Amino acid sequence: MPSAPMVLKMEGITKEFYGNPVLKNVSLDVKQGEIHGLVGENGAGKTTLMNILFGMPVIQETGGFSGRILFDGREFLPREPRQAMAAGIGMVHQEFMLIPGFSVTENIKLNREITRENLLSRMFSRKLETLDMPAMAADSRKAIDALAFEGIDEWAPVAGMPVGHKQFVEIAREIDKENVKLLVFDEPTAVLTESEAAILLDALKRLARRGIGILFISHRLDEVLATCDRITVLRDGEVVAEKKAGETTVIELAELMVGRKVDGLRLADEAKPPETGEDVLVVEDLSVNMPGERVRGVSFTVKRGEILGIGGLAGHGKLGIANGIMGLQPASGRVKFLGKEISLNDPLSALKAGLAFVSEDRRNIGLLLDETLEDNLVLAAMQVHGRFLRRVGPFAMRDSGSIRRHALETIKEFDIRTTGPRQVVRRLSGGNQQKVCIARAISLEPKLLLVSEPTRGIDVGAKQKVLEILYRLNREKGLTIIMTSSELVELRRICHRIMIMYDGKIAGILPPDASDAEFGLTMSGEKSTERSGEHETTG
Amino acid sequence: MRRLVEGVGVPRLLVGLFLLILFALAGLERLPVKMLISSALVRIGMNGVLVLAMLPSIRAGLGLNFGLPLGVIAGIVGMLVSLELRLSGLAGFFFALLVGVLLSLPVGYAYGLLLNRVKGEEMMVGTYTGFSAVAGMCMFWLLAPFKNPEMIWVVGGKGLRVTIPIGHRFGGVLDNLGKFSIGGVEVPTGLLLFFAFLCVLVHLFSFTRTGIAMKAAGMNPAFARASGVNVEKMRILGATLSTVLGAVGIAVYAQSLGFVQLYLAPLMMAFPAVAAVLLGGASTSRATVFNAVAGVTLFQTLLTISLPVTQSVIGGDISEVAKLIISNGMILYALTRKEA
Repeated sequence: MPSAPMVLKMEGITKEFYGNPVLKNVSLDVKQGEIHGLVGENGAGKTTLMNILFGMPVIQETGGFSGRILFDGREFLPREPRQAMAAGIGMVHQEFMLIPGFSVTENIKLNREITRENLLSRMFSRKLETLDMPAMAADSRKAIDALAFEGIDEWAPVAGMPVGHKQFVEIAREIDKENVKLLVFDEPTAVLTESEAAILLDALKRLARRGIGILFISHRLDEVLATCDRITVLRDGEVVAEKKAGETTVIELAELMVGRKVDGLRLADEAKPPETGEDVLVVEDLSVNMPGERVRGVSFTVKRGEILGIGGLAGHGKLGIANGIMGLQPASGRVKFLGKEISLNDPLSALKAGLAFVSEDRRNIGLLLDETLEDNLVLAAMQVHGRFLRRVGPFAMRDSGSIRRHALETIKEFDIRTTGPRQVVRRLSGGNQQKVCIARAISLEPKLLLVSEPTRGIDVGAKQKVLEILYRLNREKGLTIIMTSSELVELRRICHRIMIMYDGKIAGILPPDASDAEFGLTMSGEKSTERSGEHETTG
Repeated sequence: MRRLVEGVGVPRLLVGLFLLILFALAGLERLPVKMLISSALVRIGMNGVLVLAMLPSIRAGLGLNFGLPLGVIAGIVGMLVSLELRLSGLAGFFFALLVGVLLSLPVGYAYGLLLNRVKGEEMMVGTYTGFSAVAGMCMFWLLAPFKNPEMIWVVGGKGLRVTIPIGHRFGGVLDNLGKFSIGGVEVPTGLLLFFAFLCVLVHLFSFTRTGIAMKAAGMNPAFARASGVNVEKMRILGATLSTVLGAVGIAVYAQSLGFVQLYLAPLMMAFPAVAAVLLGGASTSRATVFNAVAGVTLFQTLLTISLPVTQSVIGGDISEVAKLIISNGMILYALTRKEA
């Protein structure tokens, strides 16, 4: 419908977080009755763009944005989510915002209840009016029926419902709002089964026919292609393409999403995995119950002296693997390191076996922020291997001499910018904190290093430095590394093999020089790829 | 000036200034300042160990140990056993300590197990654990099979008395050990040395492998776990050490006081100790030996001197009121701030 009026028009949206541009001159529009797809890798800026549209407080707190939003033909600048809702924007969240103890009707009508006058309310206030439950239930039924999903009883409590049903309740609540003109769906099918997803996509089309504009965010490219009228591709905070659904393919979208020129020095000079290396780590049927990053039974091996990359989109389990092996998240399966079994769910066992981990959660798990640099460096080595200690009678005391020497050496080796070994790590910059995290793991003298999201939240220069450190540790000291990252480009720069996770399983193991399209397709679960190595593929 | 304020902290500076004013007033009113200082020294020593008992609990991430009455009760039972055996002098005191410590070990361990089940609510649960234990022990005191007539009710011949005088047994054994007088100020050498000795022990413990592991577990459990520390074990250790120090603390307290107080006396024992360590600059998650020493010194000196001064200046006693305002105010202040 080319002639339909615009519901939403965002023009030249630019947003910086602390000097880091995350959105650069982004423009996007949604017409009445149109389903507009928005795709992009993690960190491409989708969430920030939606936060701006909804007036999330975080945007104003970090200095606002520049650009213009027109909603329903009028200038629109929401400062809090309430204003966005009042204007007629509905949002279906990834996490359910439902009250478990309430029935479907109560949830749908929460804060918009239909009420009748009664004696008390006449005397005191409208807040004391009686709920008109039958009318509310009828409205809820209408909203659920509009989705053409029969399985839900409007009187049933939400607690205990399958996640798919909850998702429909959530959507029903949004479309029950009378003035809704634009609905935003953020990965609505991520938690649905295939048949539920099909019903949902049908419902979207039906909603669109009623004249509602829909903004549809998804990682599943085939869905996007089948459902949307137009598709906008975001990459690194920029709109790289806007395509009509009929004029593009999944492969093209995948390429647009991940395709980046690999600039700077290409570190993966000898991209082939070391042929001679034997398998040091053997993982069999590992399942990890990590919230939001579930791993469902993966098997793989790591060769001595290689860097194995683990990539994939958020929520598909790439972070779960390292956390599971290290015993930090509940896991089951078998992990053998150098022929010896590592007992899962017991961090000490993994550490004692010679593994070390740099967590993706630098500020919470990686560091004791209020302790000094030197104490952070040696604490694990002290607890696990009993190093940096001095015996005084029956007691093992902290040996300040050896700790200081080690700290000074480390600061030099890793080029940590600090006022000295006694500086509290909270005061260090993100990049330097990350160097401390890696140095801390190296202080354990590990035989295998697991690194998760090593470059998250640090500036470009520091990213380069951190990658160089990992590269040097591997190529010069022969350290075997498993590196998990959302940044495909970085994995491709230093890894020998890259394992892509999809839906908690291994979707494929690719060499770093595989094409963009191949990576894109594997990441969006379109295709199971197996090009290097003899490992079984699940997914 | 600004650095001084930041280094010492506003609460300590205010209390310090208030103390100076009180001392000045005491001089003007011609009160026996030297005697006041002597009694302040005794009160610092007698309360010091109870304040020190807060440290392991805070460091292990359990917050302030409001469950201190548990250790206090163990310590009291230790003293009762020593009295029952009619021991006296230093031998009687150290035997009481030994029994008290042995009893407090399983009590502290069980307390630690309990606190591991209520993560995040340690202080609230600790308060009521202490209260319940005190109430429960009231029955024990009535029924306990102690026979020594010094301890039981004269009438009826059964059940322990509310206050048991120990002056002739081991009352004042530490206070009088090596006691000397300098310029009219009496120094309870043994008492202060004993307190100092425990301070050094606690301080040294924080530099051991276990001490460091405990601190890491307290500051950031997720980090500690990832570094191979058994967080649950460290929390139990913190609760146990804190309870043991509570048992030692009450014995030191009682020998200075000259009485063992039973029944409801241990009920509020935790609060002055909590207030003192907070006044010394500790928070619910961070505390050093310095905080404990500075806190108990300021708090107890203030209590000692405010009574006579206010009595002579305004003719009334506001010391009890001052104690309540300062101790509860300090606790409130600390609990409303999450970070130190």
